[in-house]
Amino acid sequence: MIVINFLKELGRYFIMLGTAFSRPEKFSMYYRETMRQMNDIGVGSLIIVCVIAVFIGAVTAVQFAYQLEGNLIPMYYIGYIVRDSTIIELAPTITCLVLAGKVGSNIAAEIGGMRQKEHIDAMEIMGVNTAAYLIMPKVIAALVVIPMLVALAAFVSVIGGYLAAVPGGLMSHSDYVLGVRSFFVERNITIMFIKAAVFAFILTSVSSYQGYYVQGGSIELGKASTNAVVFSDILILLADYLIAVLLT
Amino acid sequence: MIRTEDLHKSFDGVEVLKGITTEFYQGKTNLIIGRSGAGKTVLLKLLVGLFRPTSGRVWYDDVDLYSLNKKQLRNIRMQVGMLFQGSALFDSMTVEENVRFPLDMFTNKTRKEKLDRVNYCLERVNLEGVNSKFPSETSGGMQKRVGIARSIVLGPKYLFCDEPNSGLDPKTSIVIDELIKSITEEQNITTVINTHDMNSVMEIGENIVLLSNGQIAWRGNKSEVLTSDSDTLRDFIFASPFLQKLRSTALEKE
Repeated sequence: MIVINFLKELGRYFIMLGTAFSRPEKFSMYYRETMRQMNDIGVGSLIIVCVIAVFIGAVTAVQFAYQLEGNLIPMYYIGYIVRDSTIIELAPTITCLVLAGKVGSNIAAEIGGMRQKEHIDAMEIMGVNTAAYLIMPKVIAALVVIPMLVALAAFVSVIGGYLAAVPGGLMSHSDYVLGVRSFFVERNITIMFIKAAVFAFILTSVSSYQGYYVQGGSIELGKASTNAVVFSDILILLADYLIAVLLT
Repeated sequence: MIRTEDLHKSFDGVEVLKGITTEFYQGKTNLIIGRSGAGKTVLLKLLVGLFRPTSGRVWYDDVDLYSLNKKQLRNIRMQVGMLFQGSALFDSMTVEENVRFPLDMFTNKTRKEKLDRVNYCLERVNLEGVNSKFPSETSGGMQKRVGIARSIVLGPKYLFCDEPNSGLDPKTSIVIDELIKSITEEQNITTVINTHDMNSVMEIGENIVLLSNGQIAWRGNKSEVLTSDSDTLRDFIFASPFLQKLRSTALEKE
């Protein structure tokens, strides 16, 4: 029974995606909606992403300084470790887990609320492809702005590491900068952007799915919003593992 | 004209509609009435294609609604306007943007042409100077009127209204009823109204279908309501002692 239900949900998810990525009724309307979503997802998440990124970098720096204490490994490695761990793992994963909470729950609640208030029915009757109009702009907007947010998070994390390590007296300015500039592998940036794009797709499409098919009242809407975050987080971590296996 | 042919609909094995065959005429206000749970909303949603029937057909003139592919269905739906029970206005848009939405989505009119059309529709429903207000800043009656303006902005051939008077005071209900009736006559459209408002039945009921337990229990018009010998209709219409007394008085006068 659980397997059958899972397959049903999976099938409905892919049918929704198929409907969502069909030809727009009017390009200008979709473009406007995509811009609005970019603003909501991107600009609306800037502060939280930066705050989290500062602490990710700071904590990484402090903890690696603690690990390296008394070892023969040079301290400038802290800069190198902060840079690579944030670029490959922490910036895309933590940022997207946080965005699944912030943006994902928002998307599920917004679309679910529209379903409950008959807005979606109203659009359907007008002849609008609601899956496309409500979901495609969100996914496209996320695919564009979330990699930018992740890149920003990686950059801010390195600064966070600096703020914790240098003024905190763990190491000198020149050691940290030397570490950040050492052993740079360009491919890691590609992995970061691949992860960011995959996670962006997961968190927007899964949240949209949860909202689009919501039935019932406010309790169900709350559940849909929670499910959006929980399922997005699990799938992001699963995808993180798969990308790590495939690309590293 | 809209015609239904032996329409059945079940949910989880429970049959809600049991073979509805009826007609809704062009240029007339067609009413679907019945108690709560009689299947009115299900029938309306089947008529607009939001639900698919278990069996049976719905004809829009000579087009079978359920035989259409997605593109054809979308084309038909562009000829359909619908007023929802809760108005279903988009909260994040102003009144003007709400009414303009179908024009933005489906036409290539210039900004001025769209604005003229929006203003015409708002004037038609006696709403002026509210273009920049948000739905939350307007009353229930105004929201219904904005809903009507939005549903007629593309010049539909078919208009559906789900409980247009719910939550409105009697006087505003009469205004909304008269508005729907005048628009129906003026634009010669097929209007189907789902209601259990007795005022609407007696004021604008040109073709009335009474649903009871998922079946048609009575059909007629407002002038036949008072004299009908259908027990189901009597139970429904004259539910209160006051209305029963009123009916007796009317019959005595006859």
